[in-house]
Amino acid sequence: MPDTSKRRSKLSDSQAAVSPHEGLHNPGLLHHFATEEQQKDASNLGMWIFLATEVMFFGGLFCAYLIYRGWYFGDFAAASKSIDAALGGTNTAVLICSSLTVVLAIWAAQTSRRALLILMLVLTMLFGLAFLGIKGIEYRDKFVEHHVPGSSFNFEHEEVPGHPGQYANPRHAQIFFALYFVMTGLHALHMIVGLGIFSWLLYKAWKGAFTPRYHTPLEIGGLYWHFVDIVWIYLFPLLYLIDRHP
Amino acid sequence: MSDHSKSSPLVTYFSVWIALLVGTFLTYEVAKIDLGVFNSAVALIIATTKALLVALFFMHLKGASEKLLKLVVISTIFFLFILMALAMADYGTRYWS
Amino acid sequence: MATATTVQPVERENYLNKEHGLGSWLLTTDHKRIALLYLISITFFFFIGGLFALLIRLELLTPAGDLVGADTYNKLFTMHGQVMVFFFLIPSIPAVLGNFLVPMMIGAKDLAFPRINLLSWYIYIIAGVMMLHCIATGGVDTGWTFYTPFSTAFSNSKVIEAGLAIFVAGFSSILTGLNFIVTIHRMRAPGMTWTRLPLFIWAHYATSIIQVLGTPVVAITLVLVVAERALHLGIFDPKLGGDPLLFQHLFWFYSHPAVYIMILPSMGVVTEVIACFSRKRIFGYSFVALSSIAIAVFGFLVWAHHMFVAGISVYAALVFSILSYAVAVPSAVKVFNWTATLFKGSIHYDAPMLYAFGFLGLFTMGGLTGLFLSSLGVDMHVHDTYFVIAHFHYIMVGGALMGYLGGLHFWWPKISGKLYPEGWARLAALIVFLGFNLTFFPQFILGYLGMPRRYYEYPPEFQVLNVLSTAGATVLGVGYLLPMIYFLWSMRYGKPAPDNPWQAAGLEWQTQSPPTTFNFEEEPVVTWEAYNYDEIDAGHKQEEVKVVG
Repeated sequence: MPDTSKRRSKLSDSQAAVSPHEGLHNPGLLHHFATEEQQKDASNLGMWIFLATEVMFFGGLFCAYLIYRGWYFGDFAAASKSIDAALGGTNTAVLICSSLTVVLAIWAAQTSRRALLILMLVLTMLFGLAFLGIKGIEYRDKFVEHHVPGSSFNFEHEEVPGHPGQYANPRHAQIFFALYFVMTGLHALHMIVGLGIFSWLLYKAWKGAFTPRYHTPLEIGGLYWHFVDIVWIYLFPLLYLIDRHP
Repeated sequence: MSDHSKSSPLVTYFSVWIALLVGTFLTYEVAKIDLGVFNSAVALIIATTKALLVALFFMHLKGASEKLLKLVVISTIFFLFILMALAMADYGTRYWS
Repeated sequence: MATATTVQPVERENYLNKEHGLGSWLLTTDHKRIALLYLISITFFFFIGGLFALLIRLELLTPAGDLVGADTYNKLFTMHGQVMVFFFLIPSIPAVLGNFLVPMMIGAKDLAFPRINLLSWYIYIIAGVMMLHCIATGGVDTGWTFYTPFSTAFSNSKVIEAGLAIFVAGFSSILTGLNFIVTIHRMRAPGMTWTRLPLFIWAHYATSIIQVLGTPVVAITLVLVVAERALHLGIFDPKLGGDPLLFQHLFWFYSHPAVYIMILPSMGVVTEVIACFSRKRIFGYSFVALSSIAIAVFGFLVWAHHMFVAGISVYAALVFSILSYAVAVPSAVKVFNWTATLFKGSIHYDAPMLYAFGFLGLFTMGGLTGLFLSSLGVDMHVHDTYFVIAHFHYIMVGGALMGYLGGLHFWWPKISGKLYPEGWARLAALIVFLGFNLTFFPQFILGYLGMPRRYYEYPPEFQVLNVLSTAGATVLGVGYLLPMIYFLWSMRYGKPAPDNPWQAAGLEWQTQSPPTTFNFEEEPVVTWEAYNYDEIDAGHKQEEVKVVG
């Protein structure tokens, strides 16, 4: 009979080491995994691949945006000027702070600091809500100014930055706003999903589910949240700062 | 920035946080200066630096024990680049003749 | 115990009889049961797509547009394409054979994420219900390709519903691909190194890369179409300065790699079958493995060859033409390796092998005609004609579908524990091959002579070829019905299958037929190379078999 106890393969990423006693100690170990490490590494890789799909998902929008920005730079610059860069910048800072609270939450779990963990999770969610609130204000402003694409869209007599007397083509500006709403809207949707995920993480943390030995859901939830942050890191300069010099 | 002791992750996290905020502020201020075509380049370079900081340090890509995760990230960026570059092969040359 | 060739008198516990009741199936996380759930669902959609094909071919029996109206005809070919591509071909081999076999071939108990596997099926079902509702309430007429601005501004059909259905189906595909990649990286048994993996696994790994990176782009493209149509957020609208071609770039960025999603798994099946029924190791294992990855990568570089006459710049067209020639090379590498494997092999003509032979010939023809289309000059002439239709049906039906059928036959004893009737199976394979060629070869000629695609009427001089094609379609239909009948028959009346009826290599054959729920009672430890048919046939392999349940 082959000796199947504690056999570790020489391969770097196949970690099917058989330990007959591992499962007895940790009810969190799912039956089809041989070790906790294999389970954790599988979850981690799974989330990174999911984020890869999200990069391609947003990537299509970025590609469309880049093409039209190249074709209609002046019109896009005029449209970009009409959205509030200070609010956008504030939102960027808000998300950056939320990413910090996420890594601090994980550190808290790693060091058995349950109160800190819960505090950091709550702060993360508050930052997320603040982001959505500011976004709501921006959307309302656009609605009031008739910059929402559709039958009531109006972008007459807006000067192209750097070209006094030259007015932006409202039709091209409408394309900018279409992209603006789809890109930031999709991002906000991901933010909302993130808040849902973190509500669940908060609940589990409150129940004491996370220990230094097991806090994988926190890590992969955190990966998702950081990804949403990174998307905004690109959206901010591309949408808000096309041509802001006087 | 080493990750050998227990307290240094906090140092790393807070340093990265400050760097990200500084980067954001820089992006905002530099946009007000007229650099011509380089405005876009500078903005994207700062954004990419920020994204790298988040990915390497907050998402723990730097400490990853194997190259697989980095391969996933690089492959994804590569294919996104292909989408944009080859699409630009059309859009950039459509009105040449 | 070692592999047995005697019939088991008492039914052992296996994944089929372990639990009973609808709930045990609908809430299962066993990859094998999920594979069967997919088998039933995609067969259903195959019928639906086939029904549309039948109506198309009936209309085309006569030159006049007399069976259905023009708008209805547009809906028929649109929904034939959408159902067949998104609800049959793309899931087919990965979701059925891949789900069943990937864990077993690598020595694992299940996929990395069994619950996500089940979720993937439910997402597919939801998408399927959405699609059926769309069809039942009027259907969509834009062509499966949804080109703008017709789809966004002018079509009066259910574009939004169809777009959303396909959007949802895409997530099923993404999750399957994600599951496979993580499984293959993390769950291989000790000793199962990358170079010992069956090439079926390499093929599915490459397929999964495409699923994961490509599908999201078509997802966002469909979101944009729906947004433009429903919310007037127009970015493809020429009236606003938008570019309809942008839609095509984004759409084909996925939809070209999608065809490799459809063919790569089939190539994996063919590799397994050819090795087994030649009793030889695959010639050039590493070339075949790496060519799968090369196809996945190169497949992303060629999309605009669908747009040569659409209005892209001629310089871009040149670039994409050259790249399209390059992408044929890894496929050709496979064909050469399969041929070299057959050379001096001990050939057996069981049904799976007949399908593999069919694949070799038909895929080669389809692939070569793809090169015709990559040439700008030829494409000017045959684009949007029946030449293109024949080309892709040779690959998707003559290639992918034959591979799927061959794989179903090859692994049927393992999946069901029963043997299908070999005589009927060989007859069906022959009928499929003959019916297929009668259906689609005339279409090459029709296209070259200038008959456009998506037209329900045509000049009378094309009628003979069209009648031949429709006749072929009928024969093909019979060929497809036969396996459905005898597979079902075999579940009740078929002879019980031994654990390894083909004396095939591969860990999946070292489990019982049908397997137990967890596949292996003890984790296998692999010490042999893939396709060690020389050892198997010399009898050495029997002593190395690890204990299985």
